[in-house]
Amino acid sequence: MHPLVQNKHDLSTVGDAIGGVVLKTSHPRGWWIGFLAGFFLLQVLAIAVCWLFYIGVGIWGINVPVAWGFAIVNFVWWIGIGHAGTLISAILLLLHQKWRTSINRFSEAMTIFAVMCAGLFPLLHMGRPWFFYWLYPFPNVAGVWPQFRSPLTWDVFAVTTYFTVSLVFWYLGLVPDLAALRDQAKLRWQRITYGLLALGWRGSAIHWRRYEKVYLILGGISTPLVLSVHTVVSFDFAVSIVPLWHATIFPPFFVAGAIYSGFAMVVAIALPVRKWYKLEDFFTDHHMDIMGKVMLTTGFLVTYGYFSEAWMAWYGHTLYEWGTTLERMFGPYGWSYWALILTNCVFPLTFLWSKKIRTSPFWMELICISVLIGMWFERYVIVITLAREYVPGQWGLYAPTIWDYATMFGSLGLFLFLFFLFLRFLPMISITEMRELLPKKQGGGGGHSIMENAP
Amino acid sequence: MSTTVTPGTGHAPSHTEHGEHGHGHADPTVPVAYGLLAEFATGDEMAHAILKAKTAGYTHLDGYSPYPVGEAADALGFPKSEMGPVMFLGGLTGACAGFIMQYWANTWGYSLNIGGRPYFSWPSFVPITFEMMVLTTALTGFFGLLAICGLPRYNHPLFNSQAFDRASKDRFFMCIEATDPKYDAAATRAFLNELHPISVEEVME
Repeated sequence: MHPLVQNKHDLSTVGDAIGGVVLKTSHPRGWWIGFLAGFFLLQVLAIAVCWLFYIGVGIWGINVPVAWGFAIVNFVWWIGIGHAGTLISAILLLLHQKWRTSINRFSEAMTIFAVMCAGLFPLLHMGRPWFFYWLYPFPNVAGVWPQFRSPLTWDVFAVTTYFTVSLVFWYLGLVPDLAALRDQAKLRWQRITYGLLALGWRGSAIHWRRYEKVYLILGGISTPLVLSVHTVVSFDFAVSIVPLWHATIFPPFFVAGAIYSGFAMVVAIALPVRKWYKLEDFFTDHHMDIMGKVMLTTGFLVTYGYFSEAWMAWYGHTLYEWGTTLERMFGPYGWSYWALILTNCVFPLTFLWSKKIRTSPFWMELICISVLIGMWFERYVIVITLAREYVPGQWGLYAPTIWDYATMFGSLGLFLFLFFLFLRFLPMISITEMRELLPKKQGGGGGHSIMENAP
Repeated sequence: MSTTVTPGTGHAPSHTEHGEHGHGHADPTVPVAYGLLAEFATGDEMAHAILKAKTAGYTHLDGYSPYPVGEAADALGFPKSEMGPVMFLGGLTGACAGFIMQYWANTWGYSLNIGGRPYFSWPSFVPITFEMMVLTTALTGFFGLLAICGLPRYNHPLFNSQAFDRASKDRFFMCIEATDPKYDAAATRAFLNELHPISVEEVME
């Protein structure tokens, strides 16, 4: 059995190791590099968005057969990344997976920031983003209401709910930690800020009991929520009649892909961060090993999805399905299909079998980046299907412009910027849950996971 | 509050006058005790102390810990939280409201013929009904929790205690409140001392 917390920690050293990162005023060089890189890319996003508002969506490469372009590729990619956070914090909570404790906080933060990045793209893609509130039902003089039979409207509700619930879940988990920081902090501004954010939490036994119940139910409803969100995202495609989109495999295929890329993002970020902040005691090689196995599983699910798409198209004897499959593999964008297969299936799924590789930071980082690229290509391949569908007279080509790239990398900047601010100001690992996880003789709760006390 | 009594020394001379019902705020300049706070090193000791205090007949007491100690809530006679039904009602309200909103908007408010489907095509209203249910369950849970716990609040008498800073770190506390009918500064202190706490301290309002 692997200990989930390495070395001899007790209640106060856990707080010092995790809370100290936030309360200290100096930060490792790695933090500055990450933060400044994020800040720089955020400026790129700002310029791209200003230019977009001034000129319009014409600055992007979108055209009539491929009206969705990068905006939807990036939307689906980001929201998929976000799903790992909820999966780790909710589904693994329900499954009593105690190893989740050291990564749940930060994957929840990742979820929130990834959903923010995701939400940006449909809004920018609308052309007149300042009318975004038209997406929601509200009484207006025109007497117009949204069309609730459209998956795009479902998507608005799914993503809004997802963002709100993730935020609530994350903040609720943070409250006891903020109280711990309030009591641990020496500087006045820190005491005041964390004190206000902690909402006066004092760790009463009665409050804890209610808290755990709420946390457990939130975990319980977030589990179907996370599945529903990516299912609804896949409905955006599957409810249409575009060949290869109109498929029943889409919802589970999308969900598996979301978990795959999300875990990749968690590991890709966790590895450098644990090195900079010396948190190897909490995010251990054992964690990497487990996450590698989850990626192996979801990677195969996704690969099965690719196989199934091709198989159904061939076996279904539909001219358009099979024709589009051939276009997808060998048409003008064939290179992107094979890039997807290489980076998403061949490379990671060859190497993830080895435990040595799963516990090697260098290899895992490489594999995770490959998966992130691969999953981006998956969405690209799906969206680019629009270039060659039914009537050859409607066929066209699509090429992103510099502004597409600026917005895409800019959104990565937004993500990094927010994430590094989070690392700086909030505890990246749950202090409370880590303390609870310690063995009894080290002062902890003997490995109770947070929900076991909640009848 | 101007006071000459240092919280933590445990000798509040004014206290016995209010002993009967605790909160007699007749004179605001006289400090009033909130309760007696006993400090323990482990959660088990705290839960055990709560059980002892309950057995001894104390009713107004609470435990404080850096992480949830289920036994403490059990000992306090709070085996089951009320948050489940609260969140259920919240979710039910949201689901109904979400469904009715879609039904009304697409059937009466602004009816559109979409592919010849009936205006009241309920299967397509399911996803949003579900999302609304999840949304309202979560929001009711969060705000309901705060409301029922009386949070947020800027301050609490317990924060007057220096030792209580460690309630969010590595110490476990039990507080017998002055509102308890059985509360008596001296007798309760003696009772607490029998439980072998690390310290016992009188906390002022």
